[in-house]
Amino acid sequence: MAQDPIKQFEINTIVPLQNVAGLDLSFTNSSLFMVATVATASAFLYFGSANRGLVPSRLQSMAEMSYEFVASMLRDAAGSEGMRFFPFVFSIFMFVLFANLFGMVPYFFTVTSHIIVTFALALLVIGTVIVYGFMRHGLKFLGLFVPEGVPMAVVPLVVAIEVISFLSRPISLSVRLFANMLAGHTALKVFAGFVVSMTSLGALGVIGSVLPLIMVIAMTALEFLVSFLQAYVFAVLTCMYLNDAVHPNH
Amino acid sequence: MFITSAMAATTEGAAAAAVFPPFDSSTYASQLFWLAITFGLFYWVMSKVLAPRIADILETRQDRIAQDLDMARQLQDEADAAHAAYEQELAQARATAGEIGQKARDKAKADAEAERQKVEAELGRKLADAESRIAEIRDRALGEVDTIAADTTGEIVERLVGSKVTKAELTKAIGAVRS
Repeated sequence: MAQDPIKQFEINTIVPLQNVAGLDLSFTNSSLFMVATVATASAFLYFGSANRGLVPSRLQSMAEMSYEFVASMLRDAAGSEGMRFFPFVFSIFMFVLFANLFGMVPYFFTVTSHIIVTFALALLVIGTVIVYGFMRHGLKFLGLFVPEGVPMAVVPLVVAIEVISFLSRPISLSVRLFANMLAGHTALKVFAGFVVSMTSLGALGVIGSVLPLIMVIAMTALEFLVSFLQAYVFAVLTCMYLNDAVHPNH
Repeated sequence: MFITSAMAATTEGAAAAAVFPPFDSSTYASQLFWLAITFGLFYWVMSKVLAPRIADILETRQDRIAQDLDMARQLQDEADAAHAAYEQELAQARATAGEIGQKARDKAKADAEAERQKVEAELGRKLADAESRIAEIRDRALGEVDTIAADTTGEIVERLVGSKVTKAELTKAIGAVRS
């Protein structure tokens, strides 16, 4: 049972809050790690900026680096007007990054391995794009779906494609992160399980278990990379979608 | 062993084991609720406290660097000006030194010339003196030649003739011989 690679994704209630307005809002291990993610990310940025040193300490340097990383990402994608979304994008990046990294600690729960969390974040991004797009540009925001210089004959087709691609964005955005986390952690657990079950087969098994152990080590390194990369990809795509809200006319 | 643990698992959470956890919609409400709270709080703290703080630090540093660059540029300008002034002063000093040297050289030359002329004049005077003294001595000697001649002649005549001849006669005779 301990080797079941799916068990790590189970949600266990810690503080039951069942039947709040007909909904189960229990504080679960997922909630606990959301709190931990937010607390750690906030503490990192808070203490990283506590000294306000002209010459940064290591922690401050890391906080500044993450700030400038996201800031340049957003500025490159959406221009200076897009910088109004900086707290939003930075929050998303730090939240996803810390949630992913928390998931790398053994026995820790991975918040982003649940589709509903990543989908909620993706919907938040797309919702922000739509709301801001209409607030800023009114109906001209719909010009997003009509690329310039397209012959009238094919406009309906192009618009249909654009609308579908727009609607698929939250799905692709959320599934990418969710699937990466899920698959990575499952694969890690499977190979780790091989190590455990092979060592129980005697001396030959112990020698043979070196192979999956090497695999686990390599995959752990890869998963750390993926944790960062997926946070980066999520943030970059957020920036690009926000660019559509700021500059809908391609 | 395996069977009992598997059975325990199924009895423990039949619903949870039946559904793949990420697709178990019974947990969605809780996840969404807590995500909204935690992420909302994070966003609020981020936009109110964290992002402005770091932005402030970066801006302060940017300002400081710009300020330092300005100051460095200013100091550079000052250094350039000082260098130019130094160059100018050096050139002036060099010119003055040349002038002074020229003056000193001219003065020394003039002094030497004056000294030389003085010495030459002195030498000329001494030469003239010596010449005049030599002429005098010669004249005197020439004058004495007559006297000696007369005396000698008188002696000779006296020895030969045995009689005295007067000085006037001798002088007269010598004058006759010499002319």
